[in-house]
Amino acid sequence: MNGPVNLDRRQVLAGGGALVVSFSLSDAFAQDHAAAAPKPPGSLATSPYLDAWIRIDADGITVFTGKAELGQGFKTAFQQIAAEELDVSFASLKVITADTLLTADEGYTSGSQSTQYSGTAIQNAAAQVRELLLAEAARRLNMTVENLRTENGAVIAPDGQRLAYGDLVADNMLHVQAQPKSKLKNPATYKVMGQPVPRVDIPAKVTGGAAYVQDMRLPGMVHARVIRPPSYGAQLTECDTAAVEKLPGFVKVVRDGNFLAVVARKEFQAIKAMKALSKATKWKEKPGLPRQDDLLSVLTGLKSKDTTIFQQSDASAVGQKTIEATFTRPYQAHGSIGPSCAIAQLADGTMKVWTHTQGVYPDRQGIAEMLKVPLPSVRLIHVEGSGCYGHNGADDAAADAALIARELPGIPVRVQWMREQEHTWEPFGPAMVTRLKASLDGNGKIADWNFDVWTNTHSMRPGGAGSMLAAQHMAESFAVPEPQPIPLPAGGGDRNAIPIYKFPNAKVVHHFIPEMPVRVSAMRALGAYHNIFSIESFMTELAELAGVDPVEFRLNHLEDKRGREVIEKAAKEFGWQKGQKALPDRGYGFAFARYKSLAAYCAIASEVEINHETGRPRLVRAVAAVDSGQVVNPDGLINQVEGAILQSMSWTFYEAVTFDDTRITSTDWQTYPILRFDAVPDKIDVHIINRPGMPFLGSGETGQGPAAASLANAVASATGRRLRDLPLTRKKIKDAIDA
Amino acid sequence: MTTLKVNGHDHEIDADPDTPLLYVLREELKLNAAKFGCGLGQCGACTVIVDGKAVLSCVTPLLLLKGKEVTTLEGLGTVEKPAPIQRAFMEEQAAQCGYCIAGMMMRAQALLQRNSKPTDAQIRSEMQTNLCRCGTHMRILRAVHRAAHLMDTAELTPNREGSAQ
Repeated sequence: MNGPVNLDRRQVLAGGGALVVSFSLSDAFAQDHAAAAPKPPGSLATSPYLDAWIRIDADGITVFTGKAELGQGFKTAFQQIAAEELDVSFASLKVITADTLLTADEGYTSGSQSTQYSGTAIQNAAAQVRELLLAEAARRLNMTVENLRTENGAVIAPDGQRLAYGDLVADNMLHVQAQPKSKLKNPATYKVMGQPVPRVDIPAKVTGGAAYVQDMRLPGMVHARVIRPPSYGAQLTECDTAAVEKLPGFVKVVRDGNFLAVVARKEFQAIKAMKALSKATKWKEKPGLPRQDDLLSVLTGLKSKDTTIFQQSDASAVGQKTIEATFTRPYQAHGSIGPSCAIAQLADGTMKVWTHTQGVYPDRQGIAEMLKVPLPSVRLIHVEGSGCYGHNGADDAAADAALIARELPGIPVRVQWMREQEHTWEPFGPAMVTRLKASLDGNGKIADWNFDVWTNTHSMRPGGAGSMLAAQHMAESFAVPEPQPIPLPAGGGDRNAIPIYKFPNAKVVHHFIPEMPVRVSAMRALGAYHNIFSIESFMTELAELAGVDPVEFRLNHLEDKRGREVIEKAAKEFGWQKGQKALPDRGYGFAFARYKSLAAYCAIASEVEINHETGRPRLVRAVAAVDSGQVVNPDGLINQVEGAILQSMSWTFYEAVTFDDTRITSTDWQTYPILRFDAVPDKIDVHIINRPGMPFLGSGETGQGPAAASLANAVASATGRRLRDLPLTRKKIKDAIDA
Repeated sequence: MTTLKVNGHDHEIDADPDTPLLYVLREELKLNAAKFGCGLGQCGACTVIVDGKAVLSCVTPLLLLKGKEVTTLEGLGTVEKPAPIQRAFMEEQAAQCGYCIAGMMMRAQALLQRNSKPTDAQIRSEMQTNLCRCGTHMRILRAVHRAAHLMDTAELTPNREGSAQ
């Protein structure tokens, strides 16, 4: 992509001889003439050149993705996809991930969309590259393509002659735009796709190889620590740098308004300097945080923009028995195990930033704006970090590093956030309130359904500088951008608010709250976690009211065939039976959703045990069924869903960000406890319903909502008490039992 | 200068005596495995083995390590010649982001060195110190069981590669 040659498909077709005959000629012409030509699939629609995705040169075959590996394992899955459609061995490929100099702009790695968009682009690009190689071989051999086949990185002629891909590719042969349709392989012939290929990144991670941005050591690198304000909006009133300047290894204090950082030669020197400088500063704080113990009133009391996002009516359906319920979710933390880290270096007029951001391009835009430099003079390179599960401190750390590195030209600056900084400054998953009301008709079916959700935006990700802390804190500060709702069908706070079930009368209202008293942004599954928790808890409550088994009750209201199969699979594998009795102090729960109403389907059955004396809940076992379309790597998919269940269990049983009127008070793992091994279940089984040849459906977040509701339903089944205020802590359960 | 024995080799370390072992390993010795997670001894990402015991390197100053032997994940084996614990974690694909995994492995290794046949309850109890955020716990438990089995097998065939103890 350096100095791209402006050679489009038409020129290649015109000059490519036999290429014209063999490769989708009609499609090419159709594209020329049709006003609304169909776009190629996945991210090819926005980055259509084949060599943006696949390059074949002296280094071999390289696959490029604009997405960032966050621990989901897609780097391995993409390598499988490319190997399959190119007909090369898995090991002969390498995959390059998000880098503003090298890869396509695929925005953020979020919303369970990597395989759906990037994987689909790679699959189609690989298939089309293979067709181009076949055509080129046909031209050279003066044969028709039908006589040729591909195998292990070469085109094979009927007489056995092999033309290696590397020898067939010349100049800019792959710098052509993708066609809308590709000749994809028949899934029945897959050799690499669908196999549990071991992850490519795991060997380094289990032997101490350099695997993370935290592990990078550039020549001459120095260490920086930021001294963050003690609370939102605090002003730096005093900062005496005299003492810290005398410390060993001291390099520089960088101050710009309320942005304060210290740089030292060695890492622990930087930490000592940070502590010393922190003591030598004074901040003016102002209280502005809401009441943490009454988020229900806080959220429903803030001004909201209300939109009816779904409505349908059928006067013939009349409700007889009505119930109402309100569900709440606190602010929750991403809580990455490794606090955010970034390295920046200003050299040769370019600010290079190595970062574990989910969006190298949007971050580049934010950093360029903050530094007031042109976009091309900033390069962001994704390097893995600790799992992020959404918008954590990664982008802020990248901006911190760039702002500090600007003051130390030529020198690589590594910024590592401290634990307390990640816990108090990351943008949290927003608090939510949902209010549900529904009626049953005389036949035990839902006649009307009302759903209201109150919440902030679920994405304040950068694009502009104002989303980054450094830019907010510097003297010429950038204002936090106006929050915007994420449009449906994916939605943000209203993600999965529209039920997948069919109800004759239904109304769903999204109360979007622009004011954000607590810093918030995207956290895994966004609003879907709480909306599904609410809907699926309420479905079980309604099933009880109707006197119908909860699984049967769901099936009674669901037309979606794939959804029904997922529910039936989870129920069967769990051994779910109508009217079943659990052991004393144990209960069974069930929940289902299709993530975003357009991604993977997931149903989860669970068994929870309650310690009657303490109220402590323990997940004993969970069985999940998932349909994410064509499966690329079944073990990777299982790993994602297992992880989703356990993480969601941690959110659901334990987690809430705490604060007083001024400061965040959950500052570490003592004050923000999460799942530990004593609460790990005996067993989690994940069953995949594979859909050969069907589109990839995102699955990284599909488990979060169903897991939460399944657990809540199991707690209700075990205790006879319905809890609707997250998290379902030991104390709340104990109080409910004793009430 | 402090002399520190890491993975069987003596190193002369030029760092203040109050420097936590974690920074010595990562910065002076350029070892990647031990990770900074909290610096407070709460998460276990920095776990290494000192004289056979699992130790939180982020809260263990250099001055306490005189005459002691430090083992990190790098000292157990390599990609080519993995130790049983490393083989087990690869075979079970026991990682998502993997950031906590090196610490998990060192704590498990310390357990298996003193108890080669731990029960599931003993493993869970031992691993209680270490946090994982991706929810890889089921695989971690399976990998520790597998490592115990592999170590047992390795003891029967002493020349087996990677049986680093």
